[in-house]
Amino acid sequence: MSMGRREFLRTGLLATGAAAGGVAVKERLVADREEAAEKKMTVALTPDGQLVAVPVGAPAPPRPPTPAEVRRGIPGRKWVMVIDLAKCDGCGECVSACRKAHFIPTDREWIRLYKKQDSPETAPYWFPKPCFHCDDPPCTKVCPVGATFKREDGLVLIDNLRCIGCRFCMAACPFSARVFNWSRPSEDPTETRPGAAEPEAGLPRRVGTVEKCDFCPDNLRQGKMPHCVMSCDMAAMYFGDENEDAVTDSAGETLRLAQLLRDRAGYRHLDDLGTSPRVYYLPPSNRRFPAPGEAGARTGKEPAPPGETRGLE
Amino acid sequence: MAVIAHDPSMPTQTHAEVTRDVVRTITDKPTRGYYILAGTMAMLTLLLFITFGALLKYGLGLAGYAPPIMWAVYITTFVFWIGIGHAGTLISAILYLFRSRWRTAVYRSTEAMTVFAVMTAALFPIIHIGRQWLFYWLIPYPNQRYLWPNFKSPLMWDVFAISTYLTVSSTFLVIGLVPDIAAVRDHVSGWKKKLYSALALGWTGADSQWRHYTRAYLYLAALATPLVLSVHSVVSWDFAMSIIPGWHGTIFAPYFVAGAIYSGIGMVLTLIIPLRKVLGLEHMITAYHFDNLAKLTLFTGSILFYAYGMEYFIAWYSGNPFEQTTFWRRAFGPNWWAGWTMIICNAFVSQLLWFKKIRVNIPALFVISIFINIGMWFERWVIIAMSLTNDYIPYAWGQINPTWADWCILAGSFGWFGLWFTLFYKNFPIVAIQEIKEMIPMGRRKSPAEAH
Repeated sequence: MSMGRREFLRTGLLATGAAAGGVAVKERLVADREEAAEKKMTVALTPDGQLVAVPVGAPAPPRPPTPAEVRRGIPGRKWVMVIDLAKCDGCGECVSACRKAHFIPTDREWIRLYKKQDSPETAPYWFPKPCFHCDDPPCTKVCPVGATFKREDGLVLIDNLRCIGCRFCMAACPFSARVFNWSRPSEDPTETRPGAAEPEAGLPRRVGTVEKCDFCPDNLRQGKMPHCVMSCDMAAMYFGDENEDAVTDSAGETLRLAQLLRDRAGYRHLDDLGTSPRVYYLPPSNRRFPAPGEAGARTGKEPAPPGETRGLE
Repeated sequence: MAVIAHDPSMPTQTHAEVTRDVVRTITDKPTRGYYILAGTMAMLTLLLFITFGALLKYGLGLAGYAPPIMWAVYITTFVFWIGIGHAGTLISAILYLFRSRWRTAVYRSTEAMTVFAVMTAALFPIIHIGRQWLFYWLIPYPNQRYLWPNFKSPLMWDVFAISTYLTVSSTFLVIGLVPDIAAVRDHVSGWKKKLYSALALGWTGADSQWRHYTRAYLYLAALATPLVLSVHSVVSWDFAMSIIPGWHGTIFAPYFVAGAIYSGIGMVLTLIIPLRKVLGLEHMITAYHFDNLAKLTLFTGSILFYAYGMEYFIAWYSGNPFEQTTFWRRAFGPNWWAGWTMIICNAFVSQLLWFKKIRVNIPALFVISIFINIGMWFERWVIIAMSLTNDYIPYAWGQINPTWADWCILAGSFGWFGLWFTLFYKNFPIVAIQEIKEMIPMGRRKSPAEAH
């Protein structure tokens, strides 16, 4: 049975974390001798030059992407999200799953859930809003240091080592998708969760840098969908590859993207701004549950008032 | 005998009197009032740096940002100061090329103001960014990390525009000072003599030196002239290039340039009206000069009036509900008072200057100049911060409440600017001695008809 990448890295970091020198590694390996003998471990050299203990005969674990690969994206892919507003009942599972997966402090959200009503006569509906990963992104153009970038697979990501925190991208984004680290982060999740230190996860947080929804590229590399999509009880979110013309929801149902958008009159939010979002919405028609505010409706999770979303707890 | 009307552009003093009166402002012992002023400015500067230190230590959360308002007091104050830095070069370079005679008495003070205002403005991009210690990443230079700035970003153009402007305007100021420093050198003794001798760069007043000097001054004036228009155009594109309602306007470049010159002349008036009294230069900077400054204010203020009207017209005419909402909220939204402060202080108050009586009334001009300073700060506040309060996601609109960290930096920036200016006017000729002298009419031999 092959190791997961998380597990592999955890083992590797355990072994190398103490590696002040070769002796330390050796002691560590000696201490684990029984376990090693049981599993027939051996020492291997990782691409970034570290010695790690791996089971004998295990296939080579997936290599973490290099910085160049992170900026280029996953080859041959064109990620796309579809949100079915007819199915969304405002439970807020996507928001909390995202918070958990990305260790998001309580003062901000990467995916936000709004109660929306287009005009006084029309019915209200729930509106989850992640980053739209626009194909013509206003944010990446204005970044003076090239810290935020558009990848070939459609994702717009932020390299928070490069970010100087000018917040031009935040001012330029018409969808208010981006959030800022106003103060020093209270915790570094990479200390408690070694697996969080993926190059594409935007962790650890750094004071004075911008962050936002990233479509979970670490999941995508493992062939999994973003956390919000997988967590959706109502299967209201679809995720997939435009090149394959296929999107999948949390229930495992896979549909043709073009046909879904055609049959259900899919649209993009504020499409007339010309940013070409990669997130499509399906109108809230034929709902099978009460609309927000009706008797029996789920209360959902109201977003925090904007004025109060500043500063860490 | 024919009575020739006195040309108000011509000084009434002799050459010796001009030198005496200007050099006296430097050689006289500083009064107690001067020390109090300089001390106050120094304390405010200290406040600026202490607040900056707090921002470094605790992060920008100390300032009153509230999403989606990501650019607020610091960028507002940045544009305010960079705008003030435009009047100086207009008066010293453009009016020089146009052979405008009234600039001579006021150009040195406006030029010094320009350099110090740009120095103040240059602090703000650093204060504003989240990781202030990395500000040098904005500067393109070959480095081991292969980190090259993004030349598509208007913020990048800003860096080029402002550093060029600071270089050219300070060179212009220093070159223009050389003959005057030599004049001061000849009237002081001791260590001051050594200092001014070094700064005078060996100026003797030889013919060849004057020839080189006047050429250099002309070329620098020609070099500085396009910058008056380009720098603030580039600053305006920081906003106009994005699609935020209230920012995304094609009129922004001329609109900002006119506003910059308007605000700069406002600040000039605020500075030189008290200064000419304190330094006893009332016979050099006269009602004639103020009349002309006021006409320039009226001209640029009227351009602003037009631009304000055009912004509202375009918002209505565009049919774009976001644009319309933004402008509706400027006048009638939660911050209506800021919107009206901008319109009243800039568009309306400047129209008073149609009257000659007001243009030559120095106390009235001083009061108007204070209105201009307040109005132009609020103009930037309304355009920058208030446009961000209502962008495309209505359910994520916000309101902004500036904190002590915002106000301390704003007050401190006045201290930093004021400290430089205070030190300058007491140590360097605040009126250009040599240019005033050039304006003194030539002595003429009396004609035989008059001599009888």
